[in-house]
Amino acid sequence: MTTQPAPLEAHDISFAYGAEPVLDHVSLTVQPGEFVALVGPNGSGKSTLLRLLLGLLPLQSGSVRVFGEAPHHQSDPSRIGYVPQRLHLGRDLPATVREVVAAGRIARRRWWKPPSKTDRDAVEHALGAVAMLDRQHDRMSDLSGGQQQRVLIAKALACDPSLLILDEPIAGVDAESQQLFRDSLMHLVNHHHAAVLLVSHELSAVADDLDRVLVLKQRIVFDGPPAALAATGVSLGVHADDLPMWLEQLS
Amino acid sequence: MILAALGMPWPLPYPFDREYMQLALIAGLIIGVCAPLIGAFLVQKDLALVGDGIGHVALAGVGIGLWLGVTPLWVALGAAMIAALAIEWLRTRGHTRSDIALAVFFYGGIAAGVVFASRAGSTANLLPYLFGSILTVAPNDLWTILGIGVVIIATIAIAGRALLATVIDPESSRVAGLPVDGLNAMLAVLTAATIVMAMRVVGVLLIAALMVLPVAISRIYAKSFRTTMLAAAAIGGGAALAGLAIARIAGLAAGGTIVLLVTVVFLLASVGSALRRPSAPKPEHDHVH
Repeated sequence: MTTQPAPLEAHDISFAYGAEPVLDHVSLTVQPGEFVALVGPNGSGKSTLLRLLLGLLPLQSGSVRVFGEAPHHQSDPSRIGYVPQRLHLGRDLPATVREVVAAGRIARRRWWKPPSKTDRDAVEHALGAVAMLDRQHDRMSDLSGGQQQRVLIAKALACDPSLLILDEPIAGVDAESQQLFRDSLMHLVNHHHAAVLLVSHELSAVADDLDRVLVLKQRIVFDGPPAALAATGVSLGVHADDLPMWLEQLS
Repeated sequence: MILAALGMPWPLPYPFDREYMQLALIAGLIIGVCAPLIGAFLVQKDLALVGDGIGHVALAGVGIGLWLGVTPLWVALGAAMIAALAIEWLRTRGHTRSDIALAVFFYGGIAAGVVFASRAGSTANLLPYLFGSILTVAPNDLWTILGIGVVIIATIAIAGRALLATVIDPESSRVAGLPVDGLNAMLAVLTAATIVMAMRVVGVLLIAALMVLPVAISRIYAKSFRTTMLAAAAIGGGAALAGLAIARIAGLAAGGTIVLLVTVVFLLASVGSALRRPSAPKPEHDHVH
């Protein structure tokens, strides 16, 4: 029996900007159907680590395998969904909600081909998952920040990713949007057996659903289930504003 | 004659009753429609002025062509494509600020154009390319313009969705496997082709205006990117038609009249939009504690 490679595997990554070290011998694995949160104080190297995992930054040392392949040489890159930190779409992007979500589906077909019915259905399904179906013909710049963020999550969901990586996707988003965000992620994990790596300071919406939490402070200082972290006196259900404070104390 | 070749055998009324006006009209319509199709992507990438930078390097190509005694437009096309790809490379990979990179091409291009043209005998030969001479478009020019126009429309029809994806978010597009660098290079080459196609018509100094201003007008009112592009193409074509007619009737410079017309429409549209929506500041986000 052959074992499927893990959606995400990083081994012994170290990285520095010039003389300033950012990551120190970081290793992590995310398995299919696993929902993992990556937390850490500001400047702990979270965004740099994500960019290395996605192949957007060249590695200095260590290795990354996504579905067993180098991140920038994927046989099927459409398996990877990525929601970057809030995009500055600007108030003047003349694009509808549907156009933005449909842009996330292009990777599932040859980019020069027009969308098929399957593509259109997938876009509508993703819009429905974040409760934006009734706003699909509205201009992006007419939406609030939270609604725009939901659209960007739908854009990532539209390609039915087997690995979804999200960088602070719900920063400053209202409670309703956070709940919808949680529901759409759980649908992806439970029904599509997708692996999810979430970087966020605001984990209260998903605290009960996480399989593992990684705490990063240049290196991984904690890797385990939320219950084990809670046993140290830390709760992921704390108010979002308190979270960075305990992370600062953890070392 | 040219209308018959294009399947339009009926005579046109004044001010398009003369063949030179009919040639100008067809050239103007093609450029007026095609330039904003490219401009829609450039504006969204904050590259509204890139047409100016490439246009000035194309002028250097014209100067070299005049000096060497070869067809200036072909040398201009080569120079513009090299400049477009170099600007794209500097913007994405270089360590030079994009406005400084543009300025280097802008000033270096026009200086090289003047120097090479002076070697050819007179810098006056550059004037038709600087200010355009749509009323002297020849049938052969028209076929070239038509060919480039068809390529632009076909490319945007095929690659428009992927280009929009890279405009919205280049990083997640790259992660998803879209050829972001290739698409950007394709847009740069199309920009260069559009500029060279248009330089005989509206001139280097006014090309970027036809790429940018119709888009600036349509994005005020359009909800979707598709509508923005289609409306901008209609505005560009309409401006070419109306601008040529006004220029003939009033005895004005045609290229300048077309661009001035679009500028006035943009100012009116901006004022109209401001009056319609006086002040409705939207919250940055809807955070609930």
